Amino acid sequence: MNFRSQPISDSYFKESWKRLKSKKLPMLGLYILLSLILCSIFIPLFSSLSYYETNLGMKNTPPNQEFFFGTDDLGRSIFSRIWWGARISLFVGITAAIIDMIIGVIYGSFAALSGGRTEEVMMRIADTFHSLPYLLMVILLTVVMGQGIITIILAITLTGWINMARITRAETLKLKEQDFVQAALSLGASTRRILFVHIIPNCFGTILTTVTLTIPSAIFTESFLSFLGLGVQAPVASWGTMASNGLAALTYYPWRLFFPATFISITMLAFNLLGNGLRDAFDPRFR
Amino acid sequence: MVYTYILKKILFFALTLFTIVTLTFFLMKSIPGDPFTQEQAIPEEILKSLYEHYGLDKPLYIQYIKYIKGFLTLDLGPSFIYEGRTTNKIIAEGFPISATLGFLAFILAIFWGVFWGSIAAFYKGRFLDHFGMILAVGGMSVPSFITATILQYVFAIKWGIFPIARWGSFSHMVLPSIALASFPSAFIAKMTRESMVEVLQKEYILTARAKGLSKFQIWKNHVLKNSLLPVISYLGTLFASITTGSFIVEKIYGIPGLGGWMVSSIANRDYTIITGLTIFYSFILLVSITMTDIIYFFLDPRIKDRFQNHEFS
Repeated sequence: MNFRSQPISDSYFKESWKRLKSKKLPMLGLYILLSLILCSIFIPLFSSLSYYETNLGMKNTPPNQEFFFGTDDLGRSIFSRIWWGARISLFVGITAAIIDMIIGVIYGSFAALSGGRTEEVMMRIADTFHSLPYLLMVILLTVVMGQGIITIILAITLTGWINMARITRAETLKLKEQDFVQAALSLGASTRRILFVHIIPNCFGTILTTVTLTIPSAIFTESFLSFLGLGVQAPVASWGTMASNGLAALTYYPWRLFFPATFISITMLAFNLLGNGLRDAFDPRFR
Repeated sequence: MVYTYILKKILFFALTLFTIVTLTFFLMKSIPGDPFTQEQAIPEEILKSLYEHYGLDKPLYIQYIKYIKGFLTLDLGPSFIYEGRTTNKIIAEGFPISATLGFLAFILAIFWGVFWGSIAAFYKGRFLDHFGMILAVGGMSVPSFITATILQYVFAIKWGIFPIARWGSFSHMVLPSIALASFPSAFIAKMTRESMVEVLQKEYILTARAKGLSKFQIWKNHVLKNSLLPVISYLGTLFASITTGSFIVEKIYGIPGLGGWMVSSIANRDYTIITGLTIFYSFILLVSITMTDIIYFFLDPRIKDRFQNHEFS
């Protein structure tokens, strides 16, 4: 029997990283994300064009050397607005995914470890949350709490944690049967110790994969809400707001929709590619 | 045994629906302001009689009891904004339209998704697999409002093959249903591929190959039924969300379905309509989920065993 906490060894991560590195598409996703993050940090810092400065003499200019992506109906540079928007979209997506992760992991693993009545009641509550119509609830919350970035993040996490809770519970149930957890239990280790020392580190791969795949859906929800006019308020730019504005002028000024739409899609694509790659790389079948 | 299972599911269904009705009711009540708070002030007297007319002057718990009573008699209440409009009427008008469109998209998503999922699984690691999966990841990455706009721009505005918007003949349904189906079909394709790849490694597939069955026969007789179980559990949720109307796609194509009503009632703060539509949506969702659970129970004998062993309930 193996009583020691199981392979959270360096070699496991190295192996997974190696497998990930050998795949082209996930690495492409990773590179796209890194460059998006770097650009969204540095371009607004050094760019001479602001995202809110209007210039009515230059409105609806097609892409040119001064305005790489053209200008919108108030003469604002779409290029700088895209990068300010990137900050918002990435911030909302990543923060929401991390909050989902914290709540979901603790809830799911705690339910699985408790077992019996407690587990049943906890999972029933999660089921009830899951049967709430997600987007409707998000919209209702935005109406109740007023508009803003914090509201959007809260609204996304309201039901977002359930998926993570279910996945962690399933993983924990599997781990619970293993010798090293049984040994820790019989030695009288506290629930908290078992959670943080034995369960969570061993779920790391699954958790990371789920987080990576949660981010694009959070970004989607943000752009969706902004598109409906329930998102961030002017003059702050979000990709969804920009796409929504661009839609109205699609026939005459297609670049106003094209750039935000492309950036939303590319970002979601990159996260999806990376997430799929991570899932394959951490797949326990290769362990 | 079967009855216990079904009974349990129905009980859970009722409990959840009740929770949702209560939750939505109090959420709506907690919104600051009401439909009569407007830019120009309404005279005190008129406001009072308006409150009286809609029962808003009563304490909250009486309003709640009244609402539950109405809900039990399938009356979801009148609109606060438009005279003579009720939630029931809106559902009667909008739901058939949203459901027709959604059903079309639902069928499209299943066929397209299972088709590409199967192709990818059978040709794993080869060109068709990569092609299908790039298609799937693409479909999952492009938000529906972008797909809908692009389809509208290319096929309706530029080439004029389909009508740009509005509702009427079959040709009006083509573009919106493709836009609605793009995400679910991609998702189904991925799920199908994953479970089929697993099934294809089973020994009975090897036997079937050894017997000399063709790829199509193996797919039809051995693979399909065994690999669609995970997909079926997704179909329940999908059916509910796709037939009750999409906000975005209905807005872009100007379709008078439930989604459009929802958006306009949110903008108008039309409480009863929002509450009513939310409850209607949850009802459809819960019915689909419960049905999927019951169908699952009959399709997968393993669930029966687990239920008997009290492993889960």
